[in-house]
Amino acid sequence: MDNLTGRVALVTGAAQGIGHAVATALAAAGAEVTATDIRDQSDLGDHIRTRSHDVTDDRRWREIVAEIEADHGRLDILVNNAGVSGYDDLHDLSLTEWNRIVGINQTGVLLGMQHALRLMRAQQSGSIVNISSICGAVSVPGVAAYHASKHAVLTMTKNAAVSYAREGIRANAVLPGWIRTPLTLGQTGELNGVFLDATPMGVGGEPSDVADAVCFLVSDRARFVTGVDLPVDGGYLAR
Amino acid sequence: MNRLTDKVAVVTGGAMGIGLATAQLFADEGATVVVADLTKPDLDALGPTVEYAELDVTDEAAWAGLVADVTSEYGRLDVLVNNAGVIDYAGIAEVTPEDWARVIGVDQTGVFLGIRAALGPMRAQRAGSIINLSSAWGVVGSEGVAAYQAAKGAVRGLTRNAAITYATDGVRVNTVIPGWVTTPLTDRQPPEKNAEVIALTPLGYGAAPRDIAWGCVYLASDESRYVTGSELVIDGGLLAR
Repeated sequence: MDNLTGRVALVTGAAQGIGHAVATALAAAGAEVTATDIRDQSDLGDHIRTRSHDVTDDRRWREIVAEIEADHGRLDILVNNAGVSGYDDLHDLSLTEWNRIVGINQTGVLLGMQHALRLMRAQQSGSIVNISSICGAVSVPGVAAYHASKHAVLTMTKNAAVSYAREGIRANAVLPGWIRTPLTLGQTGELNGVFLDATPMGVGGEPSDVADAVCFLVSDRARFVTGVDLPVDGGYLAR
Repeated sequence: MNRLTDKVAVVTGGAMGIGLATAQLFADEGATVVVADLTKPDLDALGPTVEYAELDVTDEAAWAGLVADVTSEYGRLDVLVNNAGVIDYAGIAEVTPEDWARVIGVDQTGVFLGIRAALGPMRAQRAGSIINLSSAWGVVGSEGVAAYQAAKGAVRGLTRNAAITYATDGVRVNTVIPGWVTTPLTDRQPPEKNAEVIALTPLGYGAAPRDIAWGCVYLASDESRYVTGSELVIDGGLLAR
């Protein structure tokens, strides 16, 4: 296990699924974790600080990061995980729904990086991991806004990596394939079948598989790794 | 000179740069072209088969009006080139909410609205070609230009998604990825920034707008009937380094 003792971490969308696993794993590795979500996170346990958080709310980001700064004086790790899906085909997708999904999945990532960079640039170190998706690299039918926003996350990550590399800040993206989470379990069996049938390993992944990748990327073992897209997808993108 | 005979095309941002060159070549190849832009090009120079329609690509109602006008006048819409774009040079740490929203609005949401509007007639006629302009900066990271990078990355995702979703409806959707191109947009950039990108370009010089427009002609024509969801890189080798 990576030793993250003393590292200060912020994880969004931590109430369930991948974010829950990431927050738990970072804490288990010794990090001081603040976990945020708009949903209840009471099962995360006493050793993880939880905060209510709408990632599209710039002011709330400011408050949360200010609280971390006040308590720890630094922020070492940001995991932008909060995300939503929407299943409308492009021709049926309303501008309102488009803006909602892009707001959370894409603008939410921008805001998170902006607020984290304030501390990370001051301390000249930091590691940002943005959770994209296999849908950030390829596509399935439908789910239009999700594809657009997850692609945007990849270029935003590379932009951050290149822009802030000389300030000691690394930024990487993880591209989960089909992972067993409340989000995917809430999808139609048909849509899940599309992904699972196309996954070379033939099975879905667990949230802990993604958390393991995040733990590597934020650790010092990945000190020379920045701007990469790391798929955790059972081979989906290699087909 | 007849690769696009009888095709009806809309080119956004067609008053200058890549869009203008595309409108010109489309007309030369026999298409009827509607230049949709906030400013009007010199129509006399473009010839009798090019007309102008005022369009703000972020305006949902304006898109509906434009497509209704085109289909009522010509009975069809064969090609849409989503070319209109703006840029902002601020990095992630500095970009203001207003500039972020403006760039995402034009470069990303504008493409979404355009595809959605064009899908109406294209799905009905079970044919169509949509060409979305991304950028080398929609593929690799660069310093600054945070909102532009996000939007141009999103365009690639949106293109793949539309290509896969509407393939069986006969609608093809592709991305063109220009490298550095001599346009009014790049003319306004600092010379040192331009020189930096050109120095990284294996061919050693920037593209002319026509170099990109020829790619659009190919993707608009029936020569590319089996091409969808693809990315046509026209960058002098920039991304191959």
